[in-house]
Amino acid sequence: MTAVPDIEFRAVTKRYGAVTAVSGIDLAIPPSAFVALLGPSGCGKTTCLRMIGGFEQPSEGQVLIRGRDMAGTPPYRRPVNMVFQQYALFPHLDVEENISYGLRQARPRLSSREISLKAGEALAMVQLAGYGRRKIHELSGGQQQRVALARALVNKPAVLLLDEPLAALDKKLRTDMQIELQNLQREIGITFVLVTHDQEEALSMSDFVCVMNGGRVVQLGQPSEVYDEPADLFVADFVGKTNLLSGKVAGLSGELVDVALADGTVISARKRAPLSRGEAVSISLRPESLSLSVPGGGSLKGIVRNRIFLGSTAEYAIEVQGIGSLLARADHGIGRGSLFKPGEPVAIGFAAGAPLAFPQTKNNGTNQREDQHVEILS
Amino acid sequence: MRAFVVAVFAFLYLPIALVVLFSFNAGHHASEFTGFSVQWYGKALSNPFLVEALKNSLFIATTSALLAAVCGTAAALGLQRVGARTRALFDALLGAAIVVPGVVIGISTLVALVQLFAVVNPFLASLWPTDQPPRLALGYGSIIAAHGLFSMALVTMIVGTRLSSLDRNLVEASSDLYATPLTTFRSIVLPQIMPAVVAGFLLAFTFSFDDFIVAFFVAGAQTTLPIYVFASIRRGVTPEINAIATIVLAASVLLVLLAQSQLGRRKPSP
Repeated sequence: MTAVPDIEFRAVTKRYGAVTAVSGIDLAIPPSAFVALLGPSGCGKTTCLRMIGGFEQPSEGQVLIRGRDMAGTPPYRRPVNMVFQQYALFPHLDVEENISYGLRQARPRLSSREISLKAGEALAMVQLAGYGRRKIHELSGGQQQRVALARALVNKPAVLLLDEPLAALDKKLRTDMQIELQNLQREIGITFVLVTHDQEEALSMSDFVCVMNGGRVVQLGQPSEVYDEPADLFVADFVGKTNLLSGKVAGLSGELVDVALADGTVISARKRAPLSRGEAVSISLRPESLSLSVPGGGSLKGIVRNRIFLGSTAEYAIEVQGIGSLLARADHGIGRGSLFKPGEPVAIGFAAGAPLAFPQTKNNGTNQREDQHVEILS
Repeated sequence: MRAFVVAVFAFLYLPIALVVLFSFNAGHHASEFTGFSVQWYGKALSNPFLVEALKNSLFIATTSALLAAVCGTAAALGLQRVGARTRALFDALLGAAIVVPGVVIGISTLVALVQLFAVVNPFLASLWPTDQPPRLALGYGSIIAAHGLFSMALVTMIVGTRLSSLDRNLVEASSDLYATPLTTFRSIVLPQIMPAVVAGFLLAFTFSFDDFIVAFFVAGAQTTLPIYVFASIRRGVTPEINAIATIVLAASVLLVLLAQSQLGRRKPSP
């Protein structure tokens, strides 16, 4: 990639007193992309966003916007705009005054005709034409969300920052806004940086997902990459649903590794990190990569405990002797032949290459440092 | 129990009710009601001494309330930026300033002003080229200073409360939308805290307009309305005094209600 990245982090560290919120992040966000910063609360994603916006200064390292170092540049001189989590619309101004707020700060001044023209366009863009004179408190949550979007986009920023923008909306509205945001980003073509803890939202909306944990970037990739080829155990567990089985390395052959599970079953898995014989590993198996059949074939045997019918698919909780409970998702097909009942014994199989083997680490999941950070934020 | 409550309220409000009632008395005596009339209002307002005192009071109340509103708001804004410990100390001091008895404020202000004049006046005289140097003395200025100082604590408390409930995100959003800190203050912070500033002004005005004790200590030769009332009462309670008292009462109640309605103005929830 030869183009200058819209946003670049160079060895950025942010400390609050003794607590490190972000530690040594290097990150380049390509132009015109929809990027999600994804991670559990306290992973440093919001701190990163606020450092781009200029509300926080890095303790070490540089944040660059379109190649320019932003050190010492206050928020009001940065070519980025933010959609705040609770929208932060100005309650004493009406919708149009909110939207034109940024335009009014432009020097040399824009003519009032120009301002109202642009504000009108922005309103139309978020499908709120004719709402200009409404008061903020007269709008629904979804409409306020659109006003916040229009207020940011009307300034044609280099980058739009979105801080958990959909968290306050109900599920139906959230899905609509996801599609709308995606369409807007494609139309306008500027970089969107979205902060979210909702992995589904990150996967469904963005071109790139940047998974963060414990103040570090764990993986940056396209959604399918992050889902199919997770960089470590944390990503495998955090992004999407997965089954984690522990075992020991029994044999190595190239990219593949034989893992002996607790019950003695040996599974062939793809290794995602260097492993050595006898090392404790975790195997990640996505629920949809499991196939269920009547007892006879398959690698593992179990008993159906629960069935959750989801329409086109059904999820099964299956008790496997000596291993524990596994989650499987299967098309329920047509006819009732493929539906298993609770209590029924089943054989579990999976495609070769589906199981991924990771070294077991001490800090998979959230670690202590994040918890401290959460306290500071609250 | 009920009788007790009735007695307490009667004790509190009956004298006030009587004053209002007798201000409309046609007769000369404050003890027997002989008919309805507004003649004492007319008499009161045509008394040049009284009108002079009223004008003084209005001027002093307006000036000291303005002073308190501006300085108090500035102090509240400044206190936002100090550390938690300094903040707690100042909050305690503000609270203390409000409960200090008027007599103490009066005496201490008088002593402080006299000491100040004793230092400043010779200094001014030594600098002044002519024989008639300006002399600082008790009067308008000292009443305004004393009232303004006390009211400032009031305004700082009221505005500070409003500021602490101000959404920090609004300030950040304004800054994000290219507004300089000054513009953010003018177009976002000030409109949000304005009701508190206005309420503070009104309460400061009411305090100054009603105050007798502090003014009595530092007034020098000046007469404010409460001081005039106090002086004339020595010559006997006339229905004219009742009329003045009723006017002051009505004005005070009105202003306090107005201040309450300002404070009750909720910011529309986003």
